[in-house]
Amino acid sequence: MKLIMKLGLKQRTYAQQKAFLGFIFVLPWVLGFVFFFFIPLLSSLRYSFSSITANSEGLSIQFIGFSNFVEALTINTSFNRILTEAIVDMVVNVPLIVIFSLFLAVLLNQKFFGRAIARSIFFLPVILASGVIMTLESTSLIQAVNDQNAGSSIINAFGAYELAGLMLDAGVHEDIVLYLTGAVDRIYQIVSQSGVQLLIFLAGIQTISPQLYEASKMEGATGYEAFWKITFPMVSPLILVNMIYTIIDSFSRNNMTELIRETGFTTFNFGLSSAMAWLYFLAIMIILLISSYFVSKRVFYQD
Amino acid sequence: MIMARLLSLESWKRWLWSIVRLTLIAGLSFVILYPILQKISTAIKSKTDLYSPIVIWIPQNYTLDNMKQAIAIMDYWQTLLNTLALSSTTTLLTAASCALAGYAFARLKFKGSKLLFGGVILTIMVPPTTILIPVYLNLKDFTLMGLIPLLTGKSVNLLNTYWPFILTSITANSLRAGLYIFIFRQFFRGVPKEVEEAAYMDGAGVGQTFLRIMLPNAMPAIVTVLLFSFVWQWNDSFFTTTYLTSSKVMSTQLSSLPYNLAIFLQDGASSKADPFYLSMVQDTGILLAILPLIILYLFVQRYFVESIERTGLVG
Repeated sequence: MKLIMKLGLKQRTYAQQKAFLGFIFVLPWVLGFVFFFFIPLLSSLRYSFSSITANSEGLSIQFIGFSNFVEALTINTSFNRILTEAIVDMVVNVPLIVIFSLFLAVLLNQKFFGRAIARSIFFLPVILASGVIMTLESTSLIQAVNDQNAGSSIINAFGAYELAGLMLDAGVHEDIVLYLTGAVDRIYQIVSQSGVQLLIFLAGIQTISPQLYEASKMEGATGYEAFWKITFPMVSPLILVNMIYTIIDSFSRNNMTELIRETGFTTFNFGLSSAMAWLYFLAIMIILLISSYFVSKRVFYQD
Repeated sequence: MIMARLLSLESWKRWLWSIVRLTLIAGLSFVILYPILQKISTAIKSKTDLYSPIVIWIPQNYTLDNMKQAIAIMDYWQTLLNTLALSSTTTLLTAASCALAGYAFARLKFKGSKLLFGGVILTIMVPPTTILIPVYLNLKDFTLMGLIPLLTGKSVNLLNTYWPFILTSITANSLRAGLYIFIFRQFFRGVPKEVEEAAYMDGAGVGQTFLRIMLPNAMPAIVTVLLFSFVWQWNDSFFTTTYLTSSKVMSTQLSSLPYNLAIFLQDGASSKADPFYLSMVQDTGILLAILPLIILYLFVQRYFVESIERTGLVG
């Protein structure tokens, strides 16, 4: 403060001080935002409408209209397929991950023997399931062979077949059965992607006041009722948060990202690569808007 | 009386639920731990055990050869040191800059701060791939708004240095920094206003209040951000393999491990590279790469879980 006064500025009121320092505090982020985000975002948009060639002078950028987008959508052999796959994956996995992590959070919030150990195991995927490890994992031969031999036969045995038969007998629609048995088969993938979501739900459940549960117990509510009437409405804003997080999180581990990067850095077609990136971004925005519209209509806010 | 209570429906239900819960949790824990256990078992297995039908988990012949191979190929100790340096630098800088921004967005409102916070949300929403190419080109000919060419006559190439990471983390724009700003903002919003006013009454300025009162109270949020940031930087292959192609850090070494392995083994003792053996050494490499993280996690996990619960991430 003294320094600022020495610089010849008048003594400010507390509110003015706060506003001024607020700006100073945000300044590093603002600089970064402009140079490492906003300007690149604009140039990426410009690249997507241009043909770019590198020469001795640097880059020469020519405006060519929508032809990059047309090329990505109609000529490029893999763009459509990979984009559809990425979106289908997202649509299939996001509900599973959100429901699964909510269920686990409720489970881990109960008191039982070995809860601390169980919690630390369930948060392990936050550390392990990211980036290069996941990519290499999928190419591991040992893993594949061992899966054939031992481990997964246990997992699959109580999974797919029995479950599918049971549900079909119970008259559940075939598509739903396929979806659920598929989920059982991909259990590792789902578990490993729900670490952060689990943390968020668990933290949310613990902020619910215990009086609510006591009161409902007095009135004779069962655990099942308490979940649907208390826990679920109270954490419903977090369902929205987690859904958005899961969608965003899927950016970091899909083939779309790889394709965009390859187009940019292996074939040096910066224009096409930027167009793909923008189409991908738009697709995600549409999914985010639609899903948050539907979920937020059902969200319950306490205040 | 006791018999009646034992046989009552309530206690049966409770027992049944306990058993179901135990089975579920044990099963899922196994699913999570399975790949790690399996890598440990692979790492200490000798090559002959690989084809032995009676060996599944516990090897017949213990050996540390796989470890030695992987350590040699990855240049493990040097890589470990580099990765540690890179991750801890970016983590500390990111935490500092995000804490500042988060506090300002929560408590120090000024004109346009809402709009700027919209910008934070935008950085979370846009996939990093969308801005990858312009940022890459920008870093390749880094000019700092034309200042550097003015002084030295030409732009600098920041690729293959740690500068891209340092610059983005000083300015709170590194990997997933938007999320960290959000976490800090949520936390500081939850701190009672009275605390701040009391500090002001005692004569502390805004800066002092932040340093002496707010930051020490923000330990849960700080721990959360530190751990997330460290781990994600450690594992990140997206930015690291783009900006740091020739430097030896864990994720570049891991992603080039299959190639290096093939070259190494073909020129080395075994003339025909056996794909299963390659895979075995690769698994050992992955284990070595995540081992420091697992050890770190073992030490901080209790504190970490408690922290998340108190960050107010949810309020």
